[in-house]
Amino acid sequence: MYRGQSGMWLWVFHRLTGVGILAFLFLHVADTYLVGLGPEYYNELVFLYKLWVFRLAEWLLVGAVLYHAINGIRVVLMDFWESGVERHTQLVFGTLGLFLLLWLPAGIFMLKDVKWFA
Amino acid sequence: MQVTLKILRFDPEKDKKAHFKSYEIEADPLDRILDALNTVKWYKDGTLTFRRSCAHGVCGSDAMRINGRNRLACKELVGDIGKKITIEPMLGFRILKDLVVDMEPFFEKYRSIKPYLINYEDPPATERFQSAEDREIFDETTKCILCGACSGSCPPFWSNSEFIGPAAIVNAHRFIFDSRDQGSDERIAVLSQSEGVFRCRTVYNCTDACPREIPVTKAIEQIKRVMLYNR
Ligand code: FES
Repeated sequence: MYRGQSGMWLWVFHRLTGVGILAFLFLHVADTYLVGLGPEYYNELVFLYKLWVFRLAEWLLVGAVLYHAINGIRVVLMDFWESGVERHTQLVFGTLGLFLLLWLPAGIFMLKDVKWFA
Repeated sequence: MQVTLKILRFDPEKDKKAHFKSYEIEADPLDRILDALNTVKWYKDGTLTFRRSCAHGVCGSDAMRINGRNRLACKELVGDIGKKITIEPMLGFRILKDLVVDMEPFFEKYRSIKPYLINYEDPPATERFQSAEDREIFDETTKCILCGACSGSCPPFWSNSEFIGPAAIVNAHRFIFDSRDQGSDERIAVLSQSEGVFRCRTVYNCTDACPREIPVTKAIEQIKRVMLYNR
């Protein structure tokens, strides 16, 4: 194990969220493809997305997309912007702050009428 | 004070896998980790193997992972690290024995960026003049001692044995930004390959690991910007 810097953990999460989003994309391609077989198949399956587990997973997915996007901008800034490296700490806190600021309220909207453990 | 050194041991003639071995020793808080290692080697277990030469943070021989971070054993004080000290060889290098790793691939990458002055003009009768301001531009990257602490702390370097690594980039920076040098294009050509500077993921472990306090990530980013903007 290496006790890395903040940048290392941001990078690890960037990778994880990237892979997570890709995995969802495959799932999404698969479920949309069911329409091709006939609407009944599709309708049979979409009930899944109403289950609380899936609602929660959707919220996590929104988190993954938000994180990946915001942190991606941080990484791009680091390369293109001359003061990026000097502002490393501010950029790290900015990234995390903006992420939470968008993700937590999104949770309230997305999860407010979920029937938990039903 | 009584300290426990937990050291990752590996003997290529006997062991299939590296394993930890602990040693209880008496050390002064002002002793360096290198002194603690010497205590083990001289009085407890002569088979312990590690590199060291100058013992003053100049030669770059004794970079190793101390409590999970790359440090020079001769620069870290026992008192600052604590009573429980875990020492492992650096990641990203092949272990030869105990704390000694194979640095040859590292030096090969270092040589690939041509770490010497390239100037095609005949030398002038006096000096190749450089103003103090121009010298200042690359001052920080002249401080590298090639210990490998930065490269060994870099996740892309661990996972990709072809990645040139921060140390080689730092040394390229030292010449690319030198006003007397004319070899920038040759070095940029090496660094712009797929295993060059853009493998850097701005993880910043290198900046933390450098025992010479070189702002490694900053140097890497400066080179990236030369490539992005000066084409
Ligand atoms: S022994 Fe020379 S740098 Fe530590």
